[in-house]
Amino acid sequence: MSQITNEGLVAACSCIGAGLALIAGIGPGVGQGIAAGYGASAVGRNPGARGDITSTMLLGQAVAETTGLYGLVIGLILLFANPLIGRFS
Amino acid sequence: MAYGTAGSAAVPMLLNSDSKADFFIHSYHEFRLFGGPVVSINTTMVTTVIVCLFILALILIARHEIMKDYDEPNLVQNLAEMLVESLDGIVNSNMGKHAKPYINYVEMLMIFILFSNISGLFGLRPPTADFATTFGLAFITFILIEVAWVKSNGIRFVKDLFEPLPIFFPVNVISEFSTPVSMSLRLFGNVMAGTIMMALWYALMPWFAKIGLPSFLHGYFDLFSGVIQTYVFGMLTMVFITDRYPD
Repeated sequence: MSQITNEGLVAACSCIGAGLALIAGIGPGVGQGIAAGYGASAVGRNPGARGDITSTMLLGQAVAETTGLYGLVIGLILLFANPLIGRFS
Repeated sequence: MAYGTAGSAAVPMLLNSDSKADFFIHSYHEFRLFGGPVVSINTTMVTTVIVCLFILALILIARHEIMKDYDEPNLVQNLAEMLVESLDGIVNSNMGKHAKPYINYVEMLMIFILFSNISGLFGLRPPTADFATTFGLAFITFILIEVAWVKSNGIRFVKDLFEPLPIFFPVNVISEFSTPVSMSLRLFGNVMAGTIMMALWYALMPWFAKIGLPSFLHGYFDLFSGVIQTYVFGMLTMVFITDRYPD
């Protein structure tokens, strides 16, 4: 256990950080679910406006997804384009 | 993302070096531009050119078919007219009377993003899975938004930056510049996630899981997600531009 190099420590911590960054996926999941639920109830109340409701719902869901994608991008950077690795080797 | 993976500081953590999962941007040819900075021809450039040539070929075919016998519309002409009319309908219903200067840009943007996103179906690495491409597209939209703002309000756009209180000036500036970043990251993140998922599936699954099953994944990640993101990018472009006009 005493043979951990600097690079290995940074790599391990980056993996943990990538996992933690993906917790950001919780929020968009809840938000998109709420949007889809209200969209379904709106279609149930007014089936004639299905097209407008669906397009509005998809637009709102895509905007709500952005924060989750920020977390995904952080995770990708930590795994595949890590800026910290070269600094300690 | 992940420029210069081979032998550089990037860590192949999950994927060891003999893994076949390949969703990186490769550099095919490097040269010095006028003896100055090093420029590399990479995957994104090649696939962008392929997508553009494909769209150009479709346009030339449609033009040829339309010019052949103009009085009797044939199948190709009907399809082309259907595409253009549906795109015109989307833009006109969202932008109203402000549609005229932007209709060509928005339609071409949507066609390019659509073909880029579904190019993953044909074995290419989608050009929109590179942050450079999506940020370029979002930056053009950003310039159009600001130009629309200045054109519609004149010099009074400076006053809008200090609404509702003068102390909100930095917040307003940051929110202006966050528009292209969030738009480009949304498109990039979706397409990149699909690309990584498909590459991991093809690399890590046993052989019997590669028969038939990937078609469902392609249907979701390439077709469904690609079409939705195309619609969202075009829609946000139209909404942001139209918002700048006072009426």
